[in-house]
Amino acid sequence: MQSPSLVEVRGVEKRFGGVHALRGVDLDVRAGEIHALVGENGAGKSTIINILAGAVRRDTGTILLDGAPVDFHSPADSQAAGIAVIHQELSTLPTLSIAENIWAGRMPSRLGWVDQRSTFDRSASLLEEVGLDAAPWTRVSELATSQQQLVEIAKALSRRARLLIMDEPTASLTEHEVQRLLALVRRLRDGGVSVLYVSHRLAEVFAIADRISVMRDGCTVRTMDRADADPAGVVALMVGRALAARAAATPHALGAPVVELRGLSRHGAVHDVSFAVRRGEIVGMAGLVGAGRSETARLIFGADRADAGEMLIDGQPVALHSPRDALAAGIGMVPEDRKQLALFIDAPVRWNVSMARLPAISPGGIIRHGRERALAEDFVERLRVRTPDTLTPVRHLSGGNQQKTVLARWLAIRPRLLILDEPTHGVDVGAKAEIYALIRSLAAEGIGILLISSELPEVLDLSDRIVVMRGGRVAATLDRAAADERTVMMHATGTA
Amino acid sequence: MTAPSAAPAPSRSSYRPHAVRRAVGARESWVFAALVALCVVMSLASPYFLTVRNLFNILQGMSTIGIMTIGMTMVLVAGGLDLSVGSILAVGAVLTARLMTYAGLNPWLAVVCGLLAGVAFGLVNGLLVTRVGIVPFIATLGTLSMGRGLAFLLAAGPAGTVASNVPMRDPGVTFLGAGYIGVVPMPVIIMVVLAVLAALFLGNTVLGRQIYAVGSNVKAARLSGIAVPRVQLFTYAVTGLLCALAGVISAGLLSTAATNLGQGVELDVIAAAVIGGTSLNGGEGTVHGALFGAAIIAVVRNAFVLLGLPLHFQTMIIGAVILLAVGVDRVRR
Ligand SMILES: Nc1ncnc2c1ncn2[C@@H]1O[C@H](COP(=O)(O)OP(=O)(O)OP(=O)(O)O)[C@@H](O)[C@H]1O
Ligand SMILES: [Mg+2]
Repeated sequence: MQSPSLVEVRGVEKRFGGVHALRGVDLDVRAGEIHALVGENGAGKSTIINILAGAVRRDTGTILLDGAPVDFHSPADSQAAGIAVIHQELSTLPTLSIAENIWAGRMPSRLGWVDQRSTFDRSASLLEEVGLDAAPWTRVSELATSQQQLVEIAKALSRRARLLIMDEPTASLTEHEVQRLLALVRRLRDGGVSVLYVSHRLAEVFAIADRISVMRDGCTVRTMDRADADPAGVVALMVGRALAARAAATPHALGAPVVELRGLSRHGAVHDVSFAVRRGEIVGMAGLVGAGRSETARLIFGADRADAGEMLIDGQPVALHSPRDALAAGIGMVPEDRKQLALFIDAPVRWNVSMARLPAISPGGIIRHGRERALAEDFVERLRVRTPDTLTPVRHLSGGNQQKTVLARWLAIRPRLLILDEPTHGVDVGAKAEIYALIRSLAAEGIGILLISSELPEVLDLSDRIVVMRGGRVAATLDRAAADERTVMMHATGTA
Repeated sequence: MTAPSAAPAPSRSSYRPHAVRRAVGARESWVFAALVALCVVMSLASPYFLTVRNLFNILQGMSTIGIMTIGMTMVLVAGGLDLSVGSILAVGAVLTARLMTYAGLNPWLAVVCGLLAGVAFGLVNGLLVTRVGIVPFIATLGTLSMGRGLAFLLAAGPAGTVASNVPMRDPGVTFLGAGYIGVVPMPVIIMVVLAVLAALFLGNTVLGRQIYAVGSNVKAARLSGIAVPRVQLFTYAVTGLLCALAGVISAGLLSTAATNLGQGVELDVIAAAVIGGTSLNGGEGTVHGALFGAAIIAVVRNAFVLLGLPLHFQTMIIGAVILLAVGVDRVRR
C-alpha cells in the first residue's frame, strides 16, 4: 500500500564555486506523506530545497514530478507545479501588512480591483489556522520574529500546494505554537498534501514524520520509516561521529546581582518587570510567542527605551540610551533575528565575528589585522563554524553556521551580562551541545546570563532560575528544582 | 568533520582564485581591466593619446572629481547620498577667494576658512539626515540649492555689487590648482595622496570598518554597539572638507572662483563611484574602484576631444557606461 512518489530527486549535485554543497542527493517524497529531512548545519538541506523551489539551479541529476522530469528555471515554475516553500530565512516585507504579505500580488480581486472583504476574510481564516492572533492589516514590522514566521506559514498555505516544503518552520516558535503547527501539518497531510519538513528538533521530527531522510556532507545517507528509526541512530547517521558527552553543570557560587530590573515597563509590550541576574547565574526566560521576552531583552540592552522603572548594574542605577551604552556597561546581546538584526550578510565571516570586539583590540582605532584574524579563527574553531576560511562572505554559510557566527561576535566581547535571544536558532544537535557547554563555562567564569529560548528543554536544562512571562508581565519566577515543563507551561498559558 | 581543517585537500586549493580575486576586489579588477582596454583602444585610435602630456591632462581634468568621489564613496558606503557636493565646492571656492581678495585675510588662513566652511556644510547635511531624519536624497537636494545661493551671496562685491566670480590670485594658493612638480600637476598629486590616505583609513581603522557596517545593515550595526549617527555624520563632514578643497583647487587653476563652479558635478561624482563598484544601497565600494570609475569618465571625455567626435554624444556615452557597468555587475552575480 505504498503510495506513489510525488517528487523524486535522483543524484542531484551542486557546487558553489569551490564548495561542493551537494554530492549526490536522492530523495523521494510520496503523495500524502510527511517526510522529514535532517542533517548537520551545512549538510545541504536548504540547498536541495532551494533547487526544488526553483531558486537555485542544480548542476547534475534529475528531478521527477509525478514521474515526469521537470526543470525549474525560476520560483514561478516551481510554484506553478504546485510546490510551496517556507524558507529558512524570513522573506516577509516589513512595511506591508500581513494580508499583503500573504497574498503578495495574488490578492482576491474582482474586475481588477482588490476585493478587500474577501482578502480580509481569507487572511483572517489563514491566521486563525496558524494561530496568529493579529489583524490582517497589521504591519509586519510590528510583529515579533516568531509571529512573522507564522505569517510565512500562512503565506505558503494560501497557495494550496501539493507539496509543502518547510525549512525549519519552528525554529523561533515555542512549544505551544509548535504543537498547533504540527497539528495543522497533520491535517494537511490527511487532506492529501505532501510535506517535506526540515528541523533540528528531533522530538518534533519523530512526532510528525512518516519517513525520515538523513543528509550528511551533501549526500542523503539513508531514508527510513519512522517506525524503524530511533533518535540516537538518526543522530549517529547525521553526525558520523560520537557526540560529546553532555557537560555537567559545574557547581559554582553565585555572586551579587549583575543586573537588576525594578518595575521596567514599555507601553504595549512590557509591564512592570522585575527580576535580577546574578554573577555566574543563568536565568532562563520562558513564555509564549509575544509574551514580551525579546522586548524585555531589548530594554535591558538599550535597544529600546523604557517608559518607567529602573535598572541597576552592579547595584548602581543606570540609564542606557543605546546598545553602545550597554556594550560600554559590559552587556552583550545576541538578537533574535540574525538576518535582520545581526548579520552583515555580504561581509566576511571575520568582520562579522569581530564587529563588537574590534574597538577593544584596536588601540588608537587602528585595526590589528593579525589580532582580528586570530580572534575570528579562534571562535570559528571553537564553535565549529563550517566555512572554507574566515574571509568567506557570511552569505555563503548555511543558516546554522550563520547563527554560530553571530554567537561568536558576542562571546568575543567577554561581557558581564550576556543576553542570548534564541542562541541556538537553527543550530544542529551536535553544535547545540557544544554551545551549551560554552554557556555553562561562561557562567562558571562569573558572567551573568539571560537566556531566551523557545525550546523549553533548553531553558530547563541550562537555567538556574526561570522567569516565566505572559502578556508582557512576569507570571512566575521558578527555581531550577521547582521548574518542569508542565509548571512552566501552566504559568505561560495562565492556567496555573 | 565540521571543522574547517578537515576539508578535503582538492577543494581547499580550489579556493585560491577566490582569495586572489578578493584581494584585488572582484568588481574593481573588472573596472580596471575596462579602463586599460579603453586606453589601448584610444592609443591605437589617436597618436596623441599615449603622450605624457595628454595622460597628465586627463589626470588633471579628473582630479577635482576624483577628490570629491573619495568623499562620496564614503557617504555611499555608509548608506547615504550627497547631492550637494557641487554647491559645497562653490561655497568653499568663493568663500576662500572672497576672504583673500576682498577681506585681505592671509591667503592660507582664507583657505583654512574655506575648508572649515566645507566641513560645516557637510555637518549640516549629516545632521539633517541623522538628527532630523530627512532621507539623504531630499536633505542634500535642499542643501544643494541653498548652497548654490550662498555661493552667489558670497560673490557679491564689497559694495554689494553683483558678481559672477571672485578673483583669487595668490601664487601660493593657485599653485594647488595650477602648479606642477616636475611634469606632474599638483592636483593630481593631491588626489593620489588623499586617495591613498582614504584607502588606508577605510581598510585599517575601526571607524572605516564601521562605515561599511552601517551601510550594510544599519540595525545590526546599532545592535553591535556602533554609534551609527556619528559614523554617518563623519562621512558627510569628510565629503564637505574634500569638496571645499576641490573648490580651492578649481579656483586656483582658473585664478578665479566662479559662482557656477561645480554646477551639475554631483552626477559625475556619483557616476564615478557607481562605475567603480560602489553600491547605492550601501556597504560596498572602494576608493580605488571609484578612482578607476572617474578615470574611465575622464578618458571617454578625452576621446571626444582627441578624435573630434560631436560633443553631444559624450553625455550619452557616459550614461551608457554607467548602465553597462552596473548592468554587467548585476548579471555577473
Ligand atoms: N551561495 C552559496 N555560495 C557558497 N556556498 C554555499 C552557498 N549556499 C550554500 N553554500 C554551502 O553549501 C553547503 C550546504 O549549505 P545548506 O545551506 O544547504 O546547509 P543546511 O543543511 O541547510 O544547513 P543548516 O542546518 O545550517 O541550515 C554549506 O557548506 C554552505 O556553506
Ligand atoms: Mg538550512
